[in-house]
Amino acid sequence: MPTKSSKSASADRVAVRKTYKLYIGGAFPRSESGRSYPVAGPSGELLAHAAQASRKDLRDAVVAARAAFAGWSGATAYNRGQILYRIAEMMEGRHAQFSAEVQAAEGGSEAAATAQVDAAIDRWVWYAGWTDKFAQVAGGSNPVAGPYFNFSLPEPAGVVGVIAPQQESLLGFVSVVAPVIATGNTVVVIASQERPLPAVSLAEALATSDLPGGVLNLLTGSVTELAPWLAGHRDVNCLDLTGVPPAGRVPLAEAAAENVKRVYSPPAFDAAADPGLSRLTAFTETKTVWHPMGV
Amino acid sequence: MPVSATISAGSDAAGNPASGIVRPDLAAATSELTRDDASLRRFLHGLPGVDEVGAEARAATLATRSIKTTAKAWAIDTAISMVDLTTLEGADTPGKVRSLCAKAIRPDPGDPAVPSVAAVCVYPDLVGTAVQALRGSRVAVASVATAFPSGRASLPTKLADVAEAVAAGAGEIDMVIDRGAYLAGRYGQVYEEIVAVKQACGTAHLKVILETGELVTLDNVRRASWLALLAGGDFIKTSTGKVNPAARPPVALVMLQAVRDFAARTGQIRGVKLAGGIRSSKEAVRYLVMVNEVAGEAWLHPETFRFGASSLLNDLLLQRHKLRTGAYDGPDYVTLD
Amino acid sequence: MTEIAKPETGFVYAPAPESAGIARLKPSYGIFVGGEFRPGRGEAVKTVNPANEEPLAEVAEANAADVEDAVAAARAAYDGGWSTLPGSARAKYLFRIARAIQERARELAVLESLDNGKPIRESRDVDVPTAAAHFFYYAGWADKLGYAGFGPDPRPIGVAGQVIPWNFPLLMAAWKIAPALAAGNTVVLKPAETTPLTALVLAEIIAECDLPPGVVNILPGGPAVGRAVVEHPGVDKIAFTGSTAVGKQIQRSVAASGKRVSLELGGKAANIVFDDAPLDQAVEGIVNGIFFNQGHVCCAGSRLLVQESIHDELVESLRDRLATLRLGDPLDKNTDIGAINSAAQLARIRELSDSGVAEGADRWSPECTLPERGFWFPPTVFTGVSQASRIAREEIFGPVLSVLTFRTPQEAVDKANNTPYGLSAGIWTEKGSRILWMANRLRAGVVWANTFNRFDPASPFGGYKESGFGREGGRHGLEAYLAH
Repeated sequence: MPTKSSKSASADRVAVRKTYKLYIGGAFPRSESGRSYPVAGPSGELLAHAAQASRKDLRDAVVAARAAFAGWSGATAYNRGQILYRIAEMMEGRHAQFSAEVQAAEGGSEAAATAQVDAAIDRWVWYAGWTDKFAQVAGGSNPVAGPYFNFSLPEPAGVVGVIAPQQESLLGFVSVVAPVIATGNTVVVIASQERPLPAVSLAEALATSDLPGGVLNLLTGSVTELAPWLAGHRDVNCLDLTGVPPAGRVPLAEAAAENVKRVYSPPAFDAAADPGLSRLTAFTETKTVWHPMGV
Repeated sequence: MPVSATISAGSDAAGNPASGIVRPDLAAATSELTRDDASLRRFLHGLPGVDEVGAEARAATLATRSIKTTAKAWAIDTAISMVDLTTLEGADTPGKVRSLCAKAIRPDPGDPAVPSVAAVCVYPDLVGTAVQALRGSRVAVASVATAFPSGRASLPTKLADVAEAVAAGAGEIDMVIDRGAYLAGRYGQVYEEIVAVKQACGTAHLKVILETGELVTLDNVRRASWLALLAGGDFIKTSTGKVNPAARPPVALVMLQAVRDFAARTGQIRGVKLAGGIRSSKEAVRYLVMVNEVAGEAWLHPETFRFGASSLLNDLLLQRHKLRTGAYDGPDYVTLD
Repeated sequence: MTEIAKPETGFVYAPAPESAGIARLKPSYGIFVGGEFRPGRGEAVKTVNPANEEPLAEVAEANAADVEDAVAAARAAYDGGWSTLPGSARAKYLFRIARAIQERARELAVLESLDNGKPIRESRDVDVPTAAAHFFYYAGWADKLGYAGFGPDPRPIGVAGQVIPWNFPLLMAAWKIAPALAAGNTVVLKPAETTPLTALVLAEIIAECDLPPGVVNILPGGPAVGRAVVEHPGVDKIAFTGSTAVGKQIQRSVAASGKRVSLELGGKAANIVFDDAPLDQAVEGIVNGIFFNQGHVCCAGSRLLVQESIHDELVESLRDRLATLRLGDPLDKNTDIGAINSAAQLARIRELSDSGVAEGADRWSPECTLPERGFWFPPTVFTGVSQASRIAREEIFGPVLSVLTFRTPQEAVDKANNTPYGLSAGIWTEKGSRILWMANRLRAGVVWANTFNRFDPASPFGGYKESGFGREGGRHGLEAYLAH
């Protein structure tokens, strides 16, 4: 069912409501299961029906993410920075829409919603700037005791599965996906279960930001249902459990051991805090290359 | 163009090379690949590259072999038999050469079990003296030639130099290649000079000095080795002894690989001579280990491996003595020359 | 040329053994807890020399109660001052250890070869000096942690539980202990059951260096002891080197417990040789890649991917080279290939090699006589191996090389990456741009180009994918021992 949150300038006009879908491989499918679930605002009013992704949608999302990995990780860091910045531009143009959706999803003041959108946009800008600097900060040459040139550099780990924070519907989502894709990973992200709508709208901005299809794949639905499949999927390299309450993390972290996933499990999520480097570091591998120096 | 040695493919019944890593088919293409600078360049630059660090590491590992007791005794006697006892000084005189020859025949006057060295190596004008002094022994007379050590003379001059030494009775000629021509890429000129010298040698064996200290890179050492082997050199030799660095383990390694690969390709065994800077028994034994493990046991013979040296012989004698008596010797217990 | 006398016999290397007495073996060893040596309360186990199956010493292993004591001692040492000691003071303790290892290098090398079976040439030239170098390297970090890029005032994590394998017993202990102590952590380390001795000499060194009691505790024992260390609630950080199967168990057992984990697991590295490679050095790199330490190396180049156009000549050269390898007494200075570490490992190598034959690959070994007693396996090369074959997919952890071919660089990359592992890879070509193109695409934590199996304390080491996570060595290696 289309959203009720859209407003029309004329009271007489019947507004066109939006259908909130998944975002997989650059397309906006409904769930292959055909299921949806009602999304309510803070006072319990129905905002929309979101697509309820199934494990098959998750599987498709992982396939799309894997397919996109070579191209995205192989793109120049400069190019990735341009695209992340382009996302910020696209969000800025839809600032009012995002503010309205955040306020509808979370309640609170218009000022608070506006501030969250500001911060979300600025976070893209922050990570856009990191794309071509992180390797310089995290990598370098190693002075080994022998006639070898030796250097280490960070590389994207691959496909990262993310469970987005449940509270901050937009800033939380941006804070967890932007660092993952900034370094060249592709992502399968499960949006906030109760507050998925701003993330779905963000996907629409992504689709017009030159972000290649499949780099970010968005699922909405039941975290309890989807997360175990994500955690156990052997073609997923890393798992970010930020959006899972501590009590629910153990079985997911156990399942992640199936293919030795890198599990990022921060004790708490603070959207306002300086993001630092930990999320960039968590989803990169260090590669070290040796070569002799001789004539 | 004359190629002194017949090239025949050493291969199994199926026509696969018996061993080795050199790709162009020598049997079919020797005259083709030596036709001109460009052809030679294609062949020589088509040889596998040499990674210097890897070659140094391999040589260093081989140097960790621990050669003790019976193996050491065997190695020392073998090394003595491989020495080209050399004097190449402006101050050389017939007296000095005669003295050296006596030492060459019987390195340790107190012990007839010590083998003779392989050869005495002198300048062409002293060949006659050496031939006389060595008559009746098994020690060969070798002469440097071709405007040794720089090689900076016209071809006729070089050939006259060779002819003089051969006429005086030298059984072995140690020529130098034209490093200037090599480094300028005139491979054809280098090749033809070697061929011409080989002809001038007649039945004398030809050792081709690459002067690896001036070629600098191991890639050059490999290519120059092949150039000399293709042109008919019986030995490839590192150095004149007048340029630093002279023989070094990685250089020896690459030259031993060249004769190994050449043999695998052609069935012909050619020799390697290391010259310059080898003074201790320890170094000599390490080189024998290298010969053994890189080229193979077949090369552990004075006909295929030599040390060009002077002071090395006395250290070999000192070590030989120590091994037999258990006591360390001093320099007064071996003869000066 | 005049006739020259030919030496009579060939060049037969006489035995050149190191004296076993240098190892100063004791009849029995115990555990090291809280600065004291004492018998463990677990099983008394005989550690044997794998080269002749003779018992070397009896080791009174730890039990669960000993693990309790060790963790308590480590905690007390952590809280009692080690974690707040000025970095410059911790540095000096580590420098002392580095120097003491150098002083006792020969003893440690001989002991390592006795207990492990590896050639003395390797324990002497690689294991022991690299272990000392590792302490020396991390000693220098101890008072410079604020400059390491992990924040201005990085803190240690707490008590580190470390479980290490039998392939590089002393070196792995150094890899684990040095960065942990530099960062201000304290340590409970469990050496492998078949190779506890050098870690216990390291404990002696640590005691002689006057480290505060409990900063390092060493608990020889089997898998149960390792599990007790890993699962102990008082352990804040786990560092494990060993098999991927055990690594997964550890990851499961501490899932979301808040414990920090770093894992260095198995591998099935591709060593890729192009037709323009420096072939003599490539042959050395292949030999070093798979026969170093009898192939008991997680980053061993166990899959040779050779460009099809040079397959035959490269294999021929490789065989010629293998014929010169010397297998035998690990204490002989001329030995290249020592003993397999244990009967169990030998059985696994045999089983996998037999599967290679059963799957149709061609098996070849140079002529070599295996000693009658002890655990031995000849250097072995399989050609005609398909990507689907078990010997091309499973980690053998022995001197067994599988040769496969490729036609194009992309195919080489695809085949190299077609494994759940991702620890290391080798590239051999004289073309610089191709090296970088390949290095960029290989999914492996260490890429050796025109070399193989090089290790250095300054160089981060660790895997992608199922080869584990976290890095050891270099600035990156500190990260695993700092809180964030």
